[in-house]
Amino acid sequence: MNKRSSWSLPYLVFLILFVVLPLILIAVYAFQDSQGHFSFQNFVHFAQQPEAVSTFLYSIEIALITTILCIALGYPAAYILSTPSLNRSAVTIILFILPMWVNMLVRTLATVALFDFIHIPLGEGALIFGMVYNFLPFMIYPIYNTLLKMDNSYIEAAEDLGASPSQVFWKVTLPLSMPGVWSGVLMVFMPTISTFAISELLTMNKVKLFGTVIQENINNGLWNYGSALGLIMLVIIGITTAITNGKDKMDAEKGGII
Amino acid sequence: MANNDVIIKIEHLSKSFDDKKVLNDINLEVRRGEFVTLLGPSGCGKTTLLRILAGFIASDEGTVSLDGKDLLGVPPYRRPLNTVFQRYALFPHLDVYDNIAFGLKLQNVPEDEIDERVRKVLKMVVMSDYEERDVESLSGGQQQRVAIARALINQPKVLLLDEPLAALDLKMRKDMQIELKEMHRKLGITFIYVTHDQEEALTLSDTIVVMNGGKIQQIGTPADIYNEPVNSFVADFIGESNILNGTMLSDRRVNFIGHDFDCVDEGFGENVPVDVVIRPEDIYIMNNTEKTQFTGTVNSCTFKGVHYEMFVDTDEGFEMQIQDYNAFEPGSHVGLIIKPSDIQVMHKERTCNTIKGRVIDAGHVELMGTSFECDAHDFEPDSEVEARIDFDKIDLLDDKEDGTLTGEVGFILYKGDHYHLTICIDEKSANYLYVDTNDVWDKCDMVGVRILPEDIHLGRPKAAPLGKAEGLEAIP
Repeated sequence: MNKRSSWSLPYLVFLILFVVLPLILIAVYAFQDSQGHFSFQNFVHFAQQPEAVSTFLYSIEIALITTILCIALGYPAAYILSTPSLNRSAVTIILFILPMWVNMLVRTLATVALFDFIHIPLGEGALIFGMVYNFLPFMIYPIYNTLLKMDNSYIEAAEDLGASPSQVFWKVTLPLSMPGVWSGVLMVFMPTISTFAISELLTMNKVKLFGTVIQENINNGLWNYGSALGLIMLVIIGITTAITNGKDKMDAEKGGII
Repeated sequence: MANNDVIIKIEHLSKSFDDKKVLNDINLEVRRGEFVTLLGPSGCGKTTLLRILAGFIASDEGTVSLDGKDLLGVPPYRRPLNTVFQRYALFPHLDVYDNIAFGLKLQNVPEDEIDERVRKVLKMVVMSDYEERDVESLSGGQQQRVAIARALINQPKVLLLDEPLAALDLKMRKDMQIELKEMHRKLGITFIYVTHDQEEALTLSDTIVVMNGGKIQQIGTPADIYNEPVNSFVADFIGESNILNGTMLSDRRVNFIGHDFDCVDEGFGENVPVDVVIRPEDIYIMNNTEKTQFTGTVNSCTFKGVHYEMFVDTDEGFEMQIQDYNAFEPGSHVGLIIKPSDIQVMHKERTCNTIKGRVIDAGHVELMGTSFECDAHDFEPDSEVEARIDFDKIDLLDDKEDGTLTGEVGFILYKGDHYHLTICIDEKSANYLYVDTNDVWDKCDMVGVRILPEDIHLGRPKAAPLGKAEGLEAIP
């Protein structure tokens, strides 16, 4: 028993050093002024700066738009991939997942080069394109998985009870695949809200996202303020996770996932 | 059952999956209000037939009509049939009420009517007060009731049930059988029920359709099927039975297990080989060995609750299964009597293996895709021939490598003093060998098959082949 638990020791040390300690440091820095005294000064500063708040809201907006576009594009793709009559080849699914094998920065730089080549101006449009392009596989995969594992007898039962193919989709397939959609949302929304590399590259630093602001502050030695911003973002992500997890659990209880 | 009008008519229906025939020329009429059971071992095609009726799979050939109208061109959601699925298939994202109301909501039935009908059908399946419950929180039996309610609320013309009780425990299954029968009686809806459980079929049905190897073996009332099985497969599958080789001596006179018996069957001809079926409860057993038809020694005796089950070795060396309310000690010498009306005589499906083949040269013939040594000098090379091989002239070998052919043991029939096996050589082209052996094999054993050259008798193929290809095949 004791021997067993000692196996987890290295992981425990790792987690403390690289997850717990940094989190504590962020929290500590966030609640300190530049002299090292406890204060709410950083948060007050954030609230008083309309520019910072609007960047924050703008980031959420961009993340939401990206997530919605990913659902709109990813769901039909996942549906087609998981339907044997529509997709007979395993190659297609690999092609959809393949971009994930390439480093995100490389892909983004390639996108920049491509846009440059076909003379599309970089900016907000390019940013959203880049985000959707980068995160789409993260939406497709969980939905595809849920659809693939769905028991075909539910669809047969719905047809049997008089549901036309479109009614089968809206009343059975879609509700039963929602757990996959929620996992996808979690996997797209969270990273997009904190991303900064994509926005820097695809907008030539013209559009600032919250992630960019944090990075700039830290880079400029404003650790306390940067930590406070980081903490605010963590809380937002935490809330999103809690909401989607709650949804997930509800659906899982109804047998949606796995 | 008083009316004779046909609701479903199936004609010449066939279906293959990957070249394998799962349904072969099915013809069936179902009358309005009838409780019909499709009964057979797994893989016999019964579920495929049900799924074709429901519309989930398309047939290759044949027609199905409902009330005189073609059914096959109609998509499943427009068919006035509803299915109770084996594993219920209740929608996990909906509660009991919404599951049951699913069909009515699609038809835009007014809310208050839905309410009323859901309540009524829940009452019928004894599930009132469960409306709000999550379907996943229900027990297997309760889920089954909800599944039945969900199908019945749409007032289908025919209710299809795909082994609905298979997942329930024995006690629950018995209770549900009674309830299903009661529901059928009250509602007057036609039920088509699929099961592999012969007892369930006998309990529930007005008509049983026994299927095997994609073909209908027999259609009849439970009593007909039990008392008058048409072939050894049906006799073996339905209930316990002693199946024996016999010879019809003349009308109402049959010889089996080394004795002549009076029977009630006529019209078989004289000295014709037949199969004889005796149900274990139809053999009278007594201590008095004089004035009985034959005698034997009790081998084993097991208490089965209501009766004792005994195996008796007759003096002529046949093993008979007997059921009686009295126990007879193992080792005791007993007398046995069978009444003429309890002897069921059946035509033999075949008396030897008949295989179409092709002559290779004077010493070789190709059968079932393999070259066999045999005397073929009377035949031109490359000519078509028909080989006849007696059941007991085929050797089965443990080691597949030793045989000329490899096969899988399928249907096993005990004939009192030997086993009659169906060996599947090639499922796709329906090549079967029938073998009599004293050795014990298990179903699905892989065996080597050896046939000695002198046991292969060649003949010219008949113009109209009556051989095995057209016969009733017993497929595992």
